[in-house]
Amino acid sequence: MRIVCPFCGERELGEFTYLGDAKPVRPAADAGEDAVYDYVYLRDNIAGVMSENWYHGGGCRAWLKVTRNTLTHEISAVEPAAGAGAAKVGA
Amino acid sequence: MKYSIFSLARAALSGHKNWQRTWRDATPKDRYDVVIIGGGGHGLATAWFLASEYGIRNVAVLEKGWIGSGNAGRNTTIIRSNYGLPGNTGFYELSMKLWERMEQDLNYNAMVSQRGVINLYHSDAQRDAYARRGNTMRINGIDAELLDLAAVKKMMPFLNFDNARFPVQGGLLQRRGGTARHDAVVWGYAHAASGLGVDIIQNCEVTGFVRDANGKVTGVETSRGRIGAGKVGMAVAGSSSRVADMAGLRLPIESHVLQAFVSEAIKPLIPNVMTFGAGHFYVSQSDKGGLVFGGDIDGYNSYAQRGNLPVMEDVCEGGMALMPMIGRVRLLRQWGGIMDMSMDGSPIIDKTPVDGLYLNAGWCYGGFKATPGSGFVFAHLLARDTPHEEAARFRLDRFRTGAMIDEKGQGAQPNLH
Repeated sequence: MRIVCPFCGERELGEFTYLGDAKPVRPAADAGEDAVYDYVYLRDNIAGVMSENWYHGGGCRAWLKVTRNTLTHEISAVEPAAGAGAAKVGA
Repeated sequence: MKYSIFSLARAALSGHKNWQRTWRDATPKDRYDVVIIGGGGHGLATAWFLASEYGIRNVAVLEKGWIGSGNAGRNTTIIRSNYGLPGNTGFYELSMKLWERMEQDLNYNAMVSQRGVINLYHSDAQRDAYARRGNTMRINGIDAELLDLAAVKKMMPFLNFDNARFPVQGGLLQRRGGTARHDAVVWGYAHAASGLGVDIIQNCEVTGFVRDANGKVTGVETSRGRIGAGKVGMAVAGSSSRVADMAGLRLPIESHVLQAFVSEAIKPLIPNVMTFGAGHFYVSQSDKGGLVFGGDIDGYNSYAQRGNLPVMEDVCEGGMALMPMIGRVRLLRQWGGIMDMSMDGSPIIDKTPVDGLYLNAGWCYGGFKATPGSGFVFAHLLARDTPHEEAARFRLDRFRTGAMIDEKGQGAQPNLH
């Protein structure tokens, strides 16, 4: 698996760190216990195409949003995560 | 058939041509009292304990491929009970005791070898942590010995004791730990369960659940037709989320890939199972002579049953740090299995919110050693509808209530457990 970083180009997997599914969003402060439980502990655990957060610690140190198939490891898109210098690459 | 020295002699005299199949490859009936999804070690052990301990023999084990084709055939075959937290300590010791009598119980040679498991420590802080874990084990009646450097040198003189960065200072030894022949464990449970009337049904993939008007699960839809069930138990490891999804459940589980490795065969070198404490590397030597070893999971969600090179490099570096002389041993094979990583690193054995559906999951990458214990307590839950006392903490709702069993203290980040 190699990831094409929008800032650095194609790099080997060892430069990146995985956070996980990009879908869960931190609930509002007054959202209640069920929403927090769901956010922290429950996962869709998708078998197929998944949007994920990766960190390019061995390169530009930007957070990336990677679209990857968990059945094949095929990566179909890599974008800067929101706020990660997105403007510099016109994203 | 019953295996013994006499059956072996009889078969030898007839040129080994008259061995019978060790278990029945069954075709599905319309209905069973209990249907277990997943023909791995845990599923087959559950079926056997249901039949032998709890008197429930109208049981089917459904396997989408062939039995033992998942993680039961993809692990590093280590058995041990050196856990430190309440909930884990007692359960894994229950499992260890079942390993010790497994071959007699099943009438099957599973090559259980109590050659010892030693966790090496490389700093004062790690020694203290291991001393504490060893004390916890001993308080709970489990054998544990803290070895100093001289004792480790005597036991394993081939280690690199000149590593300036990660010096070996000693180790925590559990002599009753060791290895077992993973495929034989699967075949042994299949042999014994089948002998008590359990139907083992291969190439039978579950595609959905049959529910009655109240939502209770009353059977499963499979690639070989509908099968009715009084109760349905899931023991499907890395596929837990996918099967649970068919019943509308979301689980506190992520599926990750763990790789394992075997080297070419070398002369006897490693007398036990040992782990490198400054990285993540565990190794034993098979009877064929190959070094069987592994390390961390790859760290990203995967259902692919294959991993990538960075972890392979990291694992081999761990091995080289301990034993520089294995540097010229060639890697023979490498493979990956899909782990059901739970949010606290500990398993879940519980009823689900869906009536009639029971869950056995979240084994992370420690499922093999738990095989007999998991089967025993899951059978108890299925038969009695109450958890076995040694598995009472493996609740599905512990993530909501906060009663986590987080052995590594990593929090809800499954790729770090």
